[in-house]
Amino acid sequence: MKKQRVGFLFILPWLIGLILFTLLPMIAAAYISLTDWSIVGDAHFIGFENYKNIFKSPEFYKSLWITVRYAILAVPLIIITSLSMAVMLDRGHKGVSVFRVIYYMPAIVSGVAVAIVFKWILDPNFGLINSVLAIFNIQGPDWLYDPDWVLPSYLVMAVWGAGGSILTYLAALKDIPQDLYGAAMIDGANTFQKVKFVTVPLMTPIIFYNLILGIIGAFRKFTDAYVLGGAGKEGNFIMVHLYEEAFSNYNMGYATAIAWILFAIILTLTIIVNATKKYWVHTE
Amino acid sequence: MSSQKVKRARKKQSVGMQRFRKFLWYFVAIAGSFIMLLPFFWMISTSLKVENDIFSVPIKWFPSEITFDNFVRAFEVVPIFKYMKNTLVIAGGKIIGEVFVSALVAYGFSRFKFKGRNFLFMVLLATMMLPYEVTMIPTFIVWSELGLVDSYVPLILPAYFGSASFIFFLKMYFETFPVSYEESALLDGAKYRQIFTKIFLPLSKPALVTIALWAFMGTWNDLLGQLIYINSTDKLTIQLGLASFSSMTGEVLWGPLMAASFVALVPIIALLLYAQKYFVEGVKMSGIKG
Repeated sequence: MKKQRVGFLFILPWLIGLILFTLLPMIAAAYISLTDWSIVGDAHFIGFENYKNIFKSPEFYKSLWITVRYAILAVPLIIITSLSMAVMLDRGHKGVSVFRVIYYMPAIVSGVAVAIVFKWILDPNFGLINSVLAIFNIQGPDWLYDPDWVLPSYLVMAVWGAGGSILTYLAALKDIPQDLYGAAMIDGANTFQKVKFVTVPLMTPIIFYNLILGIIGAFRKFTDAYVLGGAGKEGNFIMVHLYEEAFSNYNMGYATAIAWILFAIILTLTIIVNATKKYWVHTE
Repeated sequence: MSSQKVKRARKKQSVGMQRFRKFLWYFVAIAGSFIMLLPFFWMISTSLKVENDIFSVPIKWFPSEITFDNFVRAFEVVPIFKYMKNTLVIAGGKIIGEVFVSALVAYGFSRFKFKGRNFLFMVLLATMMLPYEVTMIPTFIVWSELGLVDSYVPLILPAYFGSASFIFFLKMYFETFPVSYEESALLDGAKYRQIFTKIFLPLSKPALVTIALWAFMGTWNDLLGQLIYINSTDKLTIQLGLASFSSMTGEVLWGPLMAASFVALVPIIALLLYAQKYFVEGVKMSGIKG
């Protein structure tokens, strides 16, 4: 009995934090989203007015559409890129640990500094990419200054920083029994077939894990979008939209309603992806 | 006779093939590394260039003359070291609490059976997907009612209630320790508190360092939280300082901006190179089993 109580005491700090910083704020958020609160002045209960307005707001749809398109393209691109990097870095050649750090580094050093560097790299006139294209007499696009090229700009950046999950893939690759490759080789499989029939199926649990994290990350994208923006408000990802409604326009009620919708979207997608698990994720 | 020849030929070919594959591997790996490092190179190169080189057509890969003016200008616009120090204050204040309390809670979850433990652990896992965007605004309102907006308290204090992902990570780590360690200590009359501080904490030093690193990275790279809570110019963090750099100069000064970014990235890259082992270990422990 005493042991029970001691154990409970050990987890108590977390439990208090859960109530203070998660449960109570969630209850408050449910109420705030039903008011017209703007931080100054009183809050009036307005029912589902905020939600109705959001679903009528072209700005909301635009930011949602940008975020959805980004998620659909960036998540698979990142998975394919980082998985390929990991398969390559799984070889025992000399110097592989140095390459590992190099590929992993872009993901670690995220934040404003990297976003700024990319803004410069993507500069239409003097940026690195267009300057290199100019050497080959190719006129590069205006990237962030052309509404149609804003999304590709973000994708370039996403692929560059894709190495964040290579370490998880590498750890999973180490767990694949070597005799499976041996068996495949005896059956006459080439490298491509070995990857397709042995590596990828055995990696599906970790791909699944990174898929879920990737979707959540894409829908919560903020820092890059806040720094880079984009022509025609094409860089107005949903978190940026939420931030601006809350902390520039002080529409706390409206912004909280957006937050609930975003949360509902993320939750629904997670549940859907989870439901597909049995069709493609390999289990022992 | 002839069959042996074929064998020998095959062997010869396969050695050649192996060499070729190895060459190909290095070729791809090095080409990829160039792409990965190019933005960093471009940043450093730009930060050392004079204006004419920065806006030169065709592109100048290296500065024609090296100048440190951009760095001087960057430090004039934004007190970079001061903002770094501010970030360090937040990170330092946070990490101590976050690591210690997370370990405490993880110990509770991994070594004790109490009513509702499994349910609470499920709740903990659920909060790892925590609707941060949902709780963000109510939490902000409470801090502003308490008059603590524009201070570091809202950024530091919540860490003292543990972090779900760190608790999860440490629980898995603690569960690899054999129970016999603490059983003999208990027989010797040790208290649970002592078992935690004298056995668990010292044994899990690598894991604690790993999560401390993650906590540090999280704070160093966080923009949204700092953006919401900090307004005063003298309290800005390195992320906020960089984000507001262009608005302080009015126009975009690429040279000084690259110099500032460079200075901001140096500590994090140095830390990555120095503590590489812990990152790798940490991901191995968490990622794969998560």
